[in-house]
This record gives sequence, C-alpha cells and structure tokens, in this order.
Amino acid sequence: MKLDLHIWRQASFQAKGYFEHFALDDLDEHMSVPEMLDHLNTQIIKSGGQPIAFESDCREGICGQCGFVINGNVHSPVAGTTTCQTHLRSFTNAQTLYIEPFRAAAFPIKKDLMVDRSALDRIIQAGGYIGVHTGMAPEANTHLIAHNLAEKAFDAAACIGCGACVATCKNASAMLFTSAKINHLSLLPQGAPEEQARVTNMIQQMDEEGFGACSNTGACEVVCPQGISITNIADTNRTWFKKQISN
Amino acid sequence: MLHAKIPEGLLQDKWSNYKAQAALISPANRRNYKIIVVGTGLAGASAAASLAELGFAVEVFTFHDSARRAHSVAAQGGVNAAKNYKNDGDSIWRMFYDTLKGGDFRAREANVYRLAECSEALINHAVAQGVPFAREYSGYLSNRSFGGVQVSRTFYARGQTGQQLLLGAYQALLKQQAGHQLQLHTRHEMLDVITVNGQAQGIVARNLDTGEMSTHPCDALILATGGYGKIYYLSTLAMNCNASAIWRAHRKGAFMACPSFTQFHPTSLPQLGNYQSKLTLMSESLRNDGRIWVPKLPNEQRLAKDIPEEERDYYLERRYPSFGNLAPRDIASRAAKERIDAGFGVGPMKNAVYLDFKDAMQRDGKKTIAQRYGNLFDMYQKITGINAYNEPMMIAPAAHFSMGGLWVDYNLMSNLPGLFVLGEANFADHGANRLGANSLLQACVDGYFISPITVMDYLAKQPIQKDKTQYLAAAEKAKQEVRVQIEQLLQIQGDTTAEEFHKELGNILYKKCGLSRNQRDMELAKEEILALQLRFKTKLLIPGKESEINFELEKAMRVNDYLEMAILIVEDALQREESCGAHFREEYQTQEGEAQRNDENFAYISAWEFKGNNVFQLHKEALQFNFVTLKNRSYK
Ligand SMILES: Cc1cc2nc3c(=O)[nH]c(=O)nc-3n(C[C@H](O)[C@H](O)[C@H](O)COP(=O)(O)OP(=O)(O)OC[C@H]3O[C@@H](n4cnc5c(N)ncnc54)[C@H](O)[C@@H]3O)c2cc1C
Ligand code: FES
Repeated sequence: MKLDLHIWRQASFQAKGYFEHFALDDLDEHMSVPEMLDHLNTQIIKSGGQPIAFESDCREGICGQCGFVINGNVHSPVAGTTTCQTHLRSFTNAQTLYIEPFRAAAFPIKKDLMVDRSALDRIIQAGGYIGVHTGMAPEANTHLIAHNLAEKAFDAAACIGCGACVATCKNASAMLFTSAKINHLSLLPQGAPEEQARVTNMIQQMDEEGFGACSNTGACEVVCPQGISITNIADTNRTWFKKQISN
Repeated sequence: MLHAKIPEGLLQDKWSNYKAQAALISPANRRNYKIIVVGTGLAGASAAASLAELGFAVEVFTFHDSARRAHSVAAQGGVNAAKNYKNDGDSIWRMFYDTLKGGDFRAREANVYRLAECSEALINHAVAQGVPFAREYSGYLSNRSFGGVQVSRTFYARGQTGQQLLLGAYQALLKQQAGHQLQLHTRHEMLDVITVNGQAQGIVARNLDTGEMSTHPCDALILATGGYGKIYYLSTLAMNCNASAIWRAHRKGAFMACPSFTQFHPTSLPQLGNYQSKLTLMSESLRNDGRIWVPKLPNEQRLAKDIPEEERDYYLERRYPSFGNLAPRDIASRAAKERIDAGFGVGPMKNAVYLDFKDAMQRDGKKTIAQRYGNLFDMYQKITGINAYNEPMMIAPAAHFSMGGLWVDYNLMSNLPGLFVLGEANFADHGANRLGANSLLQACVDGYFISPITVMDYLAKQPIQKDKTQYLAAAEKAKQEVRVQIEQLLQIQGDTTAEEFHKELGNILYKKCGLSRNQRDMELAKEEILALQLRFKTKLLIPGKESEINFELEKAMRVNDYLEMAILIVEDALQREESCGAHFREEYQTQEGEAQRNDENFAYISAWEFKGNNVFQLHKEALQFNFVTLKNRSYK
C-alpha cells in the first residue's frame, strides 16, 4: 500500500515547525498508524536522518499516550478511535495524509508530534479524588450503589486522559475532561462530601492552565475514544452555579 | 545466605503477628525519612500514596508523562478477593490454596496466604476511592468467575478494571502531591541504584526531556517497575515496558529470582505480519463460551465455515474433558502451540487457532452473546477488520506476565538492605504460573497494605545517615558509569536500530525458550544471544544526542539490558530440570504430554547473583510446605 505523508516537524517548543514530505510505497494495510511511523523511522534513521518523535505506549486505546491530528481529524478519521487503533486500511491507497500534533495553548509542543499534557494532571490534582486514606475504608458493601448509577459513574470514569476533547475544541476547552472526573466522583455516595470544593477547585485550575471556555459545540464527545457524553458538562455546570448562588 | 524471614506461627497468624511486632516511627519523625518510589503503576502509586499519608517524605519517579499511563491501566478482566459474596464456599484458605496450586507449588506459603488475607481490604479501599466496580441491580457488588478456579471471586469494572484501579491509586498519589507530602517526577527514567556497602541509598535518573542526569538520595528505595515480558518483543505489554530498573539493581547485587517463569496468555491476537509491534490481548472470559479448535488436516486451505464438524479438532475438550476450553492458561497455551507446531495452525501465518462462538450463538442466541462480549467483538473487528459473529476469531499464545523478578523476602525487601521490590517486578506470590485477576491484587496489596508496614519497620531499625561522604562518592561514580555507557552506545554508529535487535532477540526467545523448552535448543539460544550481544556492540545505530528527547537512545539502553537478561533467562530455564507451571521442559513430561514436576530436587526458588557480564551464580531458597501437601495439578 502507498501513502503520501506530510508530517509535522518541530525540533522544540521554541523552534519553527513545518511539514516534511515522505512518500511510502511498502506499507501493509493492517499496520496501525504508530507501526507505520515505526517503519518510516527505521528508514529515516538508516539514511542518517532524525526520526519523528511521537508517543504511544499500550497501542490498544487505553493508556491515552498517543494522539495526532490526521487530515484535520483528531486521533483518527474513524470516529471514537485512538490513533494507535487506527489501521491503514481506514485510508485509501495513495491517499495524502497530513499528520500533526494535538494543538492547544495548554498543550505546548515538545517535539514533532509530542505535546505536553501535564495540565490535565494538575486539574486532577486540584480535587479529582476522594480523600480516603489507606485503612479508613468501611466494608465494601456498606453503601449500596444502584446498578445504573454505578454504570453512569463508570461511563464518566472511563476517560483515558488523551486530551482529544481539548484538541478538537475550537476554544481548546478541557471541560469534557474536567466534568467527567467531577461527575464520576460526585455521582457516588463516597464522593459527595467533597463535591463543592472539587468543582470549584478543578474548574479554577482548568482556567489557570489556559484552557478556553466551553461553548457547548459538542465536538468533544464526537472524538472521545471512550464516548464520554457532554451531559457531564451540563451536570457540572449545574453544580457550579449552585455553588455560586449559595456564595 | 538467603533468609526469607517468614514470621513464626500458624499460617493464618503470621501476618497479624508480624504487624503486632513491627517497629514504628512516631508521626512527627516520619518526615525525616526520604523514600523513593520508582514506578506509578498500581504497586508504585499505591505504595507512594500510602507512605505519604503516613507522613514520610516521598519522591516518585516514572518514565511516563503522567502517572496514569503505567501499564496497569491495560488490565481488563478483574481483581480477585476472597469476600465470599456468592456464598459459593470461598474463603481465604481456598484462595490461598488455589493460588499456590495454580502456581504449581513454586511460591512461599506465607506470602501467598497474606495475599489472600489482604484481598478483602483491597476491595473495601478501592470502593471507598470511587472505583466503579460492576453492581447487581440490588446495588451490591457483582462477581464473576475466572480461569483455573471453581468459585466466583473476581471483581470487575467492565473490561477496564486495571484502568479504574489505577485511577484510584493515581488520584490518591496526586492528592498527596497537592498536599506537598510527595514529589512526583514524570518523564524521569531510573538508570541505576546507588549502593553504599551493599545498602540501597539512592538512584540515578535521566530527565527524558533534556537528557539531564541527576542523583537522588533516600533512606529506602522501592522499585515497582512492572514486568519484563516485552523481552519477547511481541507481547501483550505496552511498548515501553522494560526490565532496566530491576536489571540494573541486579547488576548492583540484587538477586534475580526464577527469571525464566513467563506466562504466555492463550487468548491474544496472533501476529499478522513482520511490521507488528505488539499483540493485543482478548479477555480470557471469551473462553467461557467460545470453543477452541484447529482443522484435523494439516495445511488446511478451506475457510473455517467450510470445514465440516467431523474435520475439526477441539483439542482442549479432547485432552482435558473436565475443564475443556477453560483449562488454565499455561495448559491452554501449550496445547495451542503443540497443534500449531504440528502444522495445524490457521491464519495467514499459520500461527493461530480458532475460537468459535457458533455453538454458543445457536444455543443462547446472537443477542445474548453480543450482550456478554459485544465490546470484545467490536475490539476484534477494530484490530483485525473481521466480524467474529460471522466467522471464528483467531487467537494465539503471547508473552504476557513475568512471574519471575527480583528476589524478595517476606518484607518484600531484596537481599540489598533498603531495596524493596513490589508488584510484577518481584518474584513472590505467583510461583510458576499466575492465576487470572491475581496480579492486580498483588500489585495493590504490596503497595497499600504490606510495604507501608515493612518499610517503616526497616526504617525504624536504621540509624539516620548523617555522614553523606560515602553516599556522595557512590552517587558520583554511578552517574559517571551511566554517562560512559550512554556515550559508548552513541558512538557505535553502526547500521542496525535498537528495535531490529529487539525483534531478533524476541524471535530467539520465542522459538527456543518460550512456551516449551529443551536443553539443545536453549544451548543454541545462548550462542545466538551472545552473538547478538556482540553484534549490538558493533552495529547499533542511534541517531541524535544525549542532551535532547531521544527515544532511540532510551530504547537502546533497554534492549542492551534485555540482551544481558536473556542469557540469565536461558540459564535459569536450563538449570530447572523439571516442568512446572509455565516452565515446560520437553524432556520432563508424562506419556500424555503433561508437565512433570520434580519436587524432590526442584522445590526451590532460584535466586541468581550477578558475577560479571554473562556470569551468574545460583542460590537456592528451599520451599517448605508445612501447611499443604503437594499434589499434581490435573485438569483432565
Ligand atoms: C493486557 C494485560 C491485561 C492484564 N489483565 C489483568 C487482569 O485482568 N487482572 C490482573 O490481575 N492482572 C492483569 N494483568 C497483569 C497486571 O496488569 C500487571 O501485572 C500489574 O498491573 C503490574 O502492576 P505494576 O504496578 O507492578 O507495574 P506497571 O503498572 O507496569 O507499572 C510500572 C511503572 O514503572 C515505571 N517504570 C518502569 N521502569 C522505570 C524506570 N527505569 N524508571 C522510571 N520508571 C519506570 C513505569 O513508568 C510505570 O509507572 C494484565 C496485564 C496485561 C499486559
Ligand atoms: S497508545 Fe495507548 S491509547 Fe494509544
């Protein structure tokens, strides 16, 4: 299989970026996108060049390490699929692909296709947890949690922290990411006591990190590899307003 | 010389006795002790958070860009606990026995018992953290059954149990960082252990963004750096999993235990081509309804659907009528390999077997099967492009889990004082074969419940080091050695990438020291690996510099360590002249082709000491069974 690749190259955050062109004609349609880049990198290295820096780890769509923009599609042209789970059979033979990093002010580019997503960790650190120390926990069946509620909490908790929601949003908002964590924890009885502080602190951190405001376009849920719904955002907004009013 | 330090008393009293007698440090003094944790998987994150909660000063290192990406995130199936919520006769004792037997009696009774004993508390803690385990409609926690046992003790969060448990631990970790009790260094790779008179006192780390090398002192060091199954190149592990942390500790004197015990998972997706970088696991739960078969004719050309029933060999049902398709992992994997090697494999590379849901769909309806396994069928289609409702899946065994690892005593401390090893990185609980859903448990229990007590006990008995001169000299020397190694690797400028070497190594190991092994092949493997080591030193090609983001340099260092470790894996498999669990020596099998254990001569843990490049000395820790009688595993 043949592909015509234009891949973003940028030596460092400060450096100026550009697209570099590669024509590949010995690809297999069952390769995944990172495997294609492995293959290309081997060729680059052997001809004395600098390989393309990109990240991936699990290559099965769960660790959230990978993620590029391919022809304008965040992660993948296949809806709800991570870059690592995208195979070349999703493209047509001899297609031209533009591959570039996730772009958002809060995700500075480190090198080529690598971005710094540590801002997401700092949002969690601001309150995305339940304050239980090892040893404190009561018997696991003490709090009954209805099946549907547990499922709903899981739906929100399934986030892999890849940042696709931010990369696809025209405002580069992290509202889907943040609200999914808030909702996961606040839906559960164990997480309820800290709800107000969690919402305030996580949203404040999100603003400080330079993520944009959410204008409810819904683009985020379309690209989310875990199908996390924007109803999480509405729920979070409700809690946040309640808090503002009570203040 | 090797002292496991198992507490006195009855099996069920040992851990309580230990806890009652463990030395403590007063809360106000704990902040004076620095503990370094390497790894933020379930074992590392849970240990770091729990120790920080106790008030110790904790510093954490991971090569990942976020603690949440450790490979624990990929575990699907579930986590075991002896809650007996199903009233099906489960108990701590039964879970202990299942685990010990599953491991073919090559683990310590006391460690395994403690694992089962702490399992209940883990579920309580995970639920309190907000882990959304599956629930019944009544709101109670739900359980399912898993391979190799007859009770339902597995807790699960859809097919993402590892992710959910890890998020719980990761959030606890970040909470401690927010409270300044803990300092997390992401994108830092540990490259050496600093020892003073054999005691672990710090680490050398490289900042993967800048290449900067730094040293960090500590009073206790915890390695929780995961498994090394990726040494086989194609495995179910993530691309960056590696053995470097434990290997470098080994080079500094820590003993490596049973390194040849690697589990091959029977239901991975097969390799489709040479470009392939990893193998994806399909959940073992599929074996509850899928039937495994190969054609009776070798080199069968027909499609699966065109092969009539009487020309199919349901070899697991044939060989193991009572467990059938649910035979334990080691047995199922080996049986598949036997058929594939005999020329009955299917798929483009003739390296797979069929997992067929036709009968289950006829019996229960397609809808029921879709409800049970829909997400797995979708995943299968995503990866292979094949719709498994219309034709059988193709599966194959793949390197998956390292039972072997650094030797630790009951305290989870290696033979180097101050060096603790947790989670998949140690050899402790799983013997020669791990049961499904037991390793998430082990990683969590090591981190949340065991290490906080044993590490404190160790520290309480240590005088605080005031004089740092010896440490400083050792740290400088260790840093210098890593620098020299990096320079040497960069200077080679040959024509072969680290990845290419890794693939070659994986190939040798799969063929000659994988699912089944024999002396002749392993001796050949040793020669081939030694030759590969030499070629690596003259032909390796790394582009770029040390002082920048350089993935090729990172890979080259890991492959370098793998090449050294591979020799030890083969040595270990050679010396164990018996078959047990995942270690199948072709010379030692019954007439029906089953594993033949030799308890008289091999009921020990092999613990290897590093004596110089490719030279290792074997020490044996005899396994004593005071509470159970050894039996042959039979699944017929
Ligand atoms: C696909 C798959 C499915 C599985 N499913 C199950 C299951 O259903 N149930 C079950 O019980 N078990 C399962 N397992 C096994 C289980 O997931 C692992 O054994 C367990 O999660 C290991 O946890 P850990 O904390 O020891 O290591 P890991 O989670 O692998 O963490 C290792 C950590 O160490 C860090 N690290 C490593 N080396 C260095 C270094 N040199 N410097 C700095 N940091 C370093 C990494 O960054 C990472 O943070 C599965 C495994 C796989 C591969
Ligand atoms: S590499 Fe893990 S999600 Fe893509």
